[in-house]
Amino acid sequence: MIARGKNASDLFPAVVKNVACKNIEVKKLVYVYLVRYAEEQQDLALLSISTFQRGLKDPNQLIRASALRVLSSIRVPIIVPIMMLAIKEAASDMSPYVRKTAAHAIPKLYSLDSDQKDQLIEVIEKLLADKTTLVAGSVVMAFEEVCPERIDLIHKNYRKLCNLLIDVEEWGQVVIINMLTRYARTQFLSPNQNAEAASLAKRKPYVMDPDHRLLLRNTKPLLQSRNAAVVMAVAQLYFHLAPKAEVGVIAKALVRLLRSHSEVQYVVLQNVATMSIKRRGMFEPYLKSFYIRSTDPTQIKILKLEVLTNLANETNISTILREFQTYIRSMDKDFVAATIQAIGRCATNIGKVRDTCLNGLVQLLSNRDELVVAESVVVIKKLLQMQPAQHSEIIKHMAKLTDNIQVPMARASILWLIGEYCEHVPKIAPDVLRKMAKSFTNEEDIVKLQVINLAAKLYLTNSKQSKLLTQYVLNLAKYDQNYDIRDRARFIRQLIVPTEKSGALNKYAKKLFLAQKPAPILESSFKDRDHFQLGSLSHLLNAKAVGYQELPDWPDEAPDPSVRNVEVPEWTKCTSREKRKEKVEKPFYSDSEGESGPTESADSGEGLGSTVGCQAEVPRVDEGHERGMLAWSTAGHRAVPTGLWPARALLTACVSPCPPVTPPPPQPVPTSNIVSTSLVTDLEGLTLTDTSLAPALLSPALGALRSYELLHRMTGEGLSVEYCFSRRPFPHDAHMVAVQMQICNNTDAEVKSLRISAPKPLSGTRIHEFPEIESLAPGDTASVVMGIDFCDSTQAANFQLCTHTRHFYVSIQPPVGELMAPVFMSENEFKKEQGE
Amino acid sequence: MPKLVPTSESLSQLLNKDEKEKAVDVENVPPVIPTPHHYLISIYRDKIFFVSVIQTEVPPLFVIEFLHRVADTFQDYFGECSETAIKDNVVIVYELLEEMLDNGFPLATESNILKELIKPPTILRSVVNSITGSSNVGDTLPTGQLSNIPWRRAGVKYTNNEAYFDVIEEIDAIIDKSGKVIYELIFVSCILLPGCELALTLCPLFQNPRLLDDVSFHPCIRFKRWESERVLSFIPPDGNFRLISYRVSSQNLVAIPVYVKHMISFKENSSSGRFDVTIGPKQNMGKTVEGVVMTVHMPKAVLNMNLTSTQGTYTFDPVTKVLTWDVGKITPQKLPSLKGIVNLQSGAPKPEENPSLNIQFKIQQLAISGLKVNRLDMYGEKYKPFKGVKYITKAGKFQVRT
Repeated sequence: MIARGKNASDLFPAVVKNVACKNIEVKKLVYVYLVRYAEEQQDLALLSISTFQRGLKDPNQLIRASALRVLSSIRVPIIVPIMMLAIKEAASDMSPYVRKTAAHAIPKLYSLDSDQKDQLIEVIEKLLADKTTLVAGSVVMAFEEVCPERIDLIHKNYRKLCNLLIDVEEWGQVVIINMLTRYARTQFLSPNQNAEAASLAKRKPYVMDPDHRLLLRNTKPLLQSRNAAVVMAVAQLYFHLAPKAEVGVIAKALVRLLRSHSEVQYVVLQNVATMSIKRRGMFEPYLKSFYIRSTDPTQIKILKLEVLTNLANETNISTILREFQTYIRSMDKDFVAATIQAIGRCATNIGKVRDTCLNGLVQLLSNRDELVVAESVVVIKKLLQMQPAQHSEIIKHMAKLTDNIQVPMARASILWLIGEYCEHVPKIAPDVLRKMAKSFTNEEDIVKLQVINLAAKLYLTNSKQSKLLTQYVLNLAKYDQNYDIRDRARFIRQLIVPTEKSGALNKYAKKLFLAQKPAPILESSFKDRDHFQLGSLSHLLNAKAVGYQELPDWPDEAPDPSVRNVEVPEWTKCTSREKRKEKVEKPFYSDSEGESGPTESADSGEGLGSTVGCQAEVPRVDEGHERGMLAWSTAGHRAVPTGLWPARALLTACVSPCPPVTPPPPQPVPTSNIVSTSLVTDLEGLTLTDTSLAPALLSPALGALRSYELLHRMTGEGLSVEYCFSRRPFPHDAHMVAVQMQICNNTDAEVKSLRISAPKPLSGTRIHEFPEIESLAPGDTASVVMGIDFCDSTQAANFQLCTHTRHFYVSIQPPVGELMAPVFMSENEFKKEQGE
Repeated sequence: MPKLVPTSESLSQLLNKDEKEKAVDVENVPPVIPTPHHYLISIYRDKIFFVSVIQTEVPPLFVIEFLHRVADTFQDYFGECSETAIKDNVVIVYELLEEMLDNGFPLATESNILKELIKPPTILRSVVNSITGSSNVGDTLPTGQLSNIPWRRAGVKYTNNEAYFDVIEEIDAIIDKSGKVIYELIFVSCILLPGCELALTLCPLFQNPRLLDDVSFHPCIRFKRWESERVLSFIPPDGNFRLISYRVSSQNLVAIPVYVKHMISFKENSSSGRFDVTIGPKQNMGKTVEGVVMTVHMPKAVLNMNLTSTQGTYTFDPVTKVLTWDVGKITPQKLPSLKGIVNLQSGAPKPEENPSLNIQFKIQQLAISGLKVNRLDMYGEKYKPFKGVKYITKAGKFQVRT
């Protein structure tokens, strides 16, 4: 029904009920319906929200994604906070697909409520640092929609984006390339302006920023993409950014696109037309590709003609003119008219062929088609203006045409010509005026104006013959319906007819009317289009479209290139020797528990934190265990000191393309007691890896681990439970995460038979209970360890905590980082694993 | 970003009258039409306009390319991309668009991902569905979307492991009045037919890779190896796909395999004219030229044509003024010709231009550029798969001016 355009909103409640339906097809259609009508029936739409919220927690990533997608598509302002929460959560989801969907949801939320901008930018920043190709395109899209002015967010990710570019899906490529073009325009120096400037000012020679070079190098292969939009995006990038010598490569690819669908041809030709004005040489070898076929649609023909004209120079003009001769005989009259104009432009640009062109055009004057003749007249008029003296014959010929031609523009042109050069044709001019005066009332406005002009000019040069005629014309004009013409007539009468009052101007009348007029310059309509970014909608329309981002000019001074230096967590080669070294250094790390790393500068630490957070391309643990490859994630932790990053050696998961850099040995700087807990816990993890083989349970360093509240004293009626992730393998089951619990009895009575019952765990989640605590004396605390298999999701594990009297419903939700175990592996091993 | 407009009503509201009147000729509707609040980007395919409405700046090619993908997908699903096909399958169209686009950003455009999500309709399936009440929406969620090679489904199996290449060369040419070739370009596309199991790497080594100029690749091809070794290495997608397409560089142009002798003239003031065309083969290495079809757009003044052909049949459509002559195979012994009289509208001036002739032909088992697939290596499989290469030379945009 929606498809037929009917309003189906009356059925809303009935449809929404189906949202929980099991049938996927019905569900999908309900989604479509919801997205369409939710805005109109906001209250009812809210009914469906809970279903999506449930979907967001589903262990299947695809269901999470589609729930988020539909949730964010429902345009109901009340649920903005829910959406915000969902997006934030999804942005740190383990599945890149869900993160991609989160990126898609950002612009939707932004268009619904632009007040959320700041929070959204935070999410964007986080997602920009993502390492997966799946996310890159979508997040840049979100960036462009929400905060295109925050170019500073790109700095850190620039190199990564460049390197990922080739693997991103094609739609993402287009968006990223366009964004990088703007970025590069602000961040690098122009590669072209310097040649003469440098030699003049003796400045230091221009050296292209390596990052600039990186961008050009990485986009070049994309010219061979099968997607026309990608090719165009790269072409405009090269056109705007590359040094002159290198721009040529794009010509070939663009010419290839001309074989594509006619719409693609249209857009490409528009852009080629602009480019060919600035860089003519680029397309010259492909001149013949722009030859016109009779089967092309007119708009394509005209664009091709435009390109051909732009490409014309002294060497190829003869071939081009020969082509034009064929075109003139075409059946398509609009195209013929355009061809005539093109000939005119060639003639003005290339002096050598002007006479040939002119002769050709004069021959066209005897064409049977009126449009052709009219167009030729207009063009001839323009050409004659350049060298009128030799061509009085042509003017005479044209004067004769006034009897036949009806097209107003052409008539006006002829009259103007005769008036302007009336001294060359003294006999004919008054005669023409006489004829025109006869038919004055029936003429078009534009012709009338020229008749008045002609009359005035003749009056000045040859007043004897034309005085009466002029008077007559002016009288007619005085009572014309058009005020322009009345004004003109009045003005001219005052000017040329001497009266007592108007003395001063009178003398100059002749100078005014018969002044030398500069010849018009025929130029392309694409001349001034290049200030729009090529390939953009604005460029195509030659008008600013909504949301168009101005392409910034090159900066005079290069901005600091170091902003792009990303502190990629360097990964060392974990050769066996270094492993040993690591072990030797271990005591040092343990010592550093009491210290913090104040050496790091705040920003580098943050940069690191975010990069690492999203680098953890977490494999699903069920495979992960077989692979024995796990990455360390710091999601949830903040400000990890760079210098003391302990997991450096472990961070083989970093898919960084940069060569391995051995980190400088961290300097232990003794300082105050500000201990970064996360650092310490990370160190704990490190210690564990080395000792994990030892079966002995070490005493837990509880103070260092972050503990979470499971049961508050108030809700637990005096019983409080805190838990933390002890970060050691759970002895009974390798898949389980060990959770350390501190149970404290704050009541006055003894609590008996404390135990766990897990009535309905979520799909897949398993819980290994701790041994039942017989009794807990008042004021006593007990510490137990239980194991939970979270199935690699961040879904909370729900269970019941039972005492002899009561049952408490509690849940544990793990941070992502707690679900992983560190593993040592050499670089080669890692590569092997990664290759699988 | 594009939003798809489902109804024609809302579309016509956007267009003011001027635009509608201007767009008389379907071929000349500009792809981008600005309206006061929106921009309309349209493509015209198979007699249907696909229009997207956008509000903000976006690269127009982005939209156009996407619309073409949508049309391709419909074609893929329904076998044809016609108005009736879309009307009959409106639910699937909806589901498809829903999957392909999210808030104006393309999501899944690869046909095999979509096919996993939404199964294409077949008669058998619709019967089964109506009995069992199951749907076209796949129960499995697509895994392809998550992988790095979206063009290939996971775990595809073929009973026989084969690789067939079609090397199709198309000749674009413009031949002028006197029979001189003024523009020629050979465009080649390599199409791989399905039949390869996963994890194959094929390296068709071309005998003379230097012939290739301006190559465009399917994204599955590894660029690095092409750049360094001039070797194509890839994991093939499932389904027909265009592996590479390229032009043959302009220095190596070859003789055009057919020639056309033509005599078309219109007599002044007699409302008739003569039409005489003969097509003949040039030397083409012993291969026959097949499937020759000539189409001519005659001038508007032409009323009717009385022709006789020595071979094949001709039709003339007096409304569109298109003359089609289906010649078929050309044998050098008996050259096909088409002769006769053209009737013009009485009183109309004689047309100035002679129409140009568009010619199509096909030559089997010949690659006119001389390009050859030399070797086809497959790695990653223990047994030897079957391989085959087929060459076809075709006329692309082949036009003879008269």
